[in-house]
Amino acid sequence: MYIYDQYDQKLVDERVKQYREQTQRYLDGQISDEEFLPLRLQNGLYVQRLAPMLRIAVPYGLMSSRQVRKIADISRTYDKGYVHFTTRQNIQLNWPVLEEVPDILAELASVEMHAIQTSGNCIRNTTTDQFAGVASDEIEDPRPWCEIIRQWSTLHPEFAFLPRKFKIAVCGSEEDRAAFLLHDIGLQLVKNANGETGFHVYVGGGLGRTPVIASSIREFLPKEHLLTYLDAILRVYNRYGNRDNKYKARIKILVRAWTPEVFAQRVEAEWEHLKNGPATLTSREMERVKSFFTAPDYQVVDGAAIEAALQSQVSEHKAFSRWLDRNVRAQKQTGYASVTLSLKPAGVAPGDVTDRQLDIIADLADRFSFGEIRTTHNQNIVLADVLKSELFELWQQAKSAGLATPNVGTINDMICCPGGDYCSLANAKSIPVAEAIQRKFDDLDYVYDLGDLELNISGCMNACGHHHIGHIGILGVDKKGEEWYQIQLGGSANKNAALGKVLGRSLSRDAVVDGIEKLLDVYVENRLDQESFLTTYQRIGIEKFKERVYAPAS
Amino acid sequence: MHPHPNQYIKDGQVVENNWQLVAAATETLPAGNILVPAAYWQANQQQLADHLGEVGVWIDSHEEIEAFSSAIAAAPVIAINFPKFVDGRGFSIARLLRERFGYIGEIRAVGHFIRDQLFMMQRCGFNAFQFDSEIDLAAASQSLADFSDSYQVAVDQPEPLFRRHR
Repeated sequence: MYIYDQYDQKLVDERVKQYREQTQRYLDGQISDEEFLPLRLQNGLYVQRLAPMLRIAVPYGLMSSRQVRKIADISRTYDKGYVHFTTRQNIQLNWPVLEEVPDILAELASVEMHAIQTSGNCIRNTTTDQFAGVASDEIEDPRPWCEIIRQWSTLHPEFAFLPRKFKIAVCGSEEDRAAFLLHDIGLQLVKNANGETGFHVYVGGGLGRTPVIASSIREFLPKEHLLTYLDAILRVYNRYGNRDNKYKARIKILVRAWTPEVFAQRVEAEWEHLKNGPATLTSREMERVKSFFTAPDYQVVDGAAIEAALQSQVSEHKAFSRWLDRNVRAQKQTGYASVTLSLKPAGVAPGDVTDRQLDIIADLADRFSFGEIRTTHNQNIVLADVLKSELFELWQQAKSAGLATPNVGTINDMICCPGGDYCSLANAKSIPVAEAIQRKFDDLDYVYDLGDLELNISGCMNACGHHHIGHIGILGVDKKGEEWYQIQLGGSANKNAALGKVLGRSLSRDAVVDGIEKLLDVYVENRLDQESFLTTYQRIGIEKFKERVYAPAS
Repeated sequence: MHPHPNQYIKDGQVVENNWQLVAAATETLPAGNILVPAAYWQANQQQLADHLGEVGVWIDSHEEIEAFSSAIAAAPVIAINFPKFVDGRGFSIARLLRERFGYIGEIRAVGHFIRDQLFMMQRCGFNAFQFDSEIDLAAASQSLADFSDSYQVAVDQPEPLFRRHR
């Protein structure tokens, strides 16, 4: 992974010093609440319903065991001993004290971490595929490009006060695991006819109140032009994005108003001035950054012998077999696999882990995955590069730490925002709904029979829980002070990204689980062969689901 | 907008302000050095040529700098107004003035901005800062030095970090 040099380190150290002084001036009454707002937001600090919340950047979801131990330590010292993993691969502390945030940031800087631009109307953390570097369908490793974008976007002098927040995702593989078409900029690594690397550039995707799938504005951008082209897009947005109404301020609204064609022309015209300028990437810089993302020291192994041993463990341990099916993924290196540690056991808010679990995750990474940890946009943890012969041992250790719930990709592996329990924007609670669903569908045989199913829950239309792109999406709404839940069907975040359709009138909290069960019944009754929920839905349409859920009680 | 404070920051120093900002088109211009709206400058060249005192221009954040770039190139001062401190359009306007239109005179931030923005504003080409409220300007000017280096290309540093040190 990327290692800071003196310049990277100095920048985060100076950022801590700057924010420490800003906090002091705020506490001394020299900065108003209004003026302090963007300063604290761009250092990750929100003020939530019950307490401040600090969002820590995990650039493109990659962390070292040393960094994870530091997070554990911070959560013990400055918080309540647990943290939350977000859908943008970041980490949130739910109970920090405003006065202590500069100290927390200093602790982070000591392990090459920060909270810069994790909130506010600026360029946020760049996200990517949790299987980068090990996925067999990879065109090129996206992580060096994410790091190049991280450095370019960090304290970018021109784009710190954009009309609204701005999110970039990079996809380096055939299958999309980064939901890149639902970002302000989605970059897809592609090769041209000469085998040269470039980017297919999409803009204007996003969830929130107005969900939109991104539009293509350039099919092939040669790699060395990445930063000048990004500068051009951001400059057009900074100048012409709507600043009067925060609900119309995202770039997607501008792209739609101008049409993607006109938007592309404006970007190209701006880029003409910047193209081949000094921000053009040099081969030396591209190679320098790539050199941090080299393959670990893989062993040459006897693949057949390992498979045989694994089969014998599988036949003896049904629970291990289930975990292998759901939580372990093949990778392109012979004899190695990627393991997803589920952060979705029933009874715990999706994505939450304790300090003790963080320490165990760090230990597991040191023992099994070259000390590297990846966070996922589905709010789980991935340990890649695990020797297949060590999977059984890893499973046993993860299981005793509550990190081996074999539910990855199932209905119980839901994406869920913090909701009304924590968030001041929420219209409804989301965590209790997630828990009720997990408790209802606790029969593993039934859950496995349902197969791949993405269920996403947001507590309000800001859509932090990505309800628009769940196969089943649940949206909390407020009706005269009461919490109700709207159901959507058919969303998807893959390359054929689709937004869900509203099923019908919203349901009360008590009726949600019952409604979900009816949806699943309709699926099971109508599916053909190995058809997934999504495929069945796409084939039979929404009506049958609707009829069942809203049928009068007999 | 606080049109005529006594002092402002220029090139890192606290200096006397002897410029008066004319907010809108007016029948009679005040005496002395004045900053007039860019559209007014463009439309009233003759009248302004007779003005006793220097004449600069100011533009608002929503205005298209391209529309004025040739007309205002000769102005000794171009002020860019921040209607709100979170309105970041002025940052792009300053860079365009310096990098695209080659403007070398004073670029002054006016309107509502805060000292914590000074480092980035300076990177974008501002070299003067006229605050709209009474603050300790000497203390505020310290924010110009919040960081000792930066990754990106900007007006103050035309080469990115990776071309200089890596």
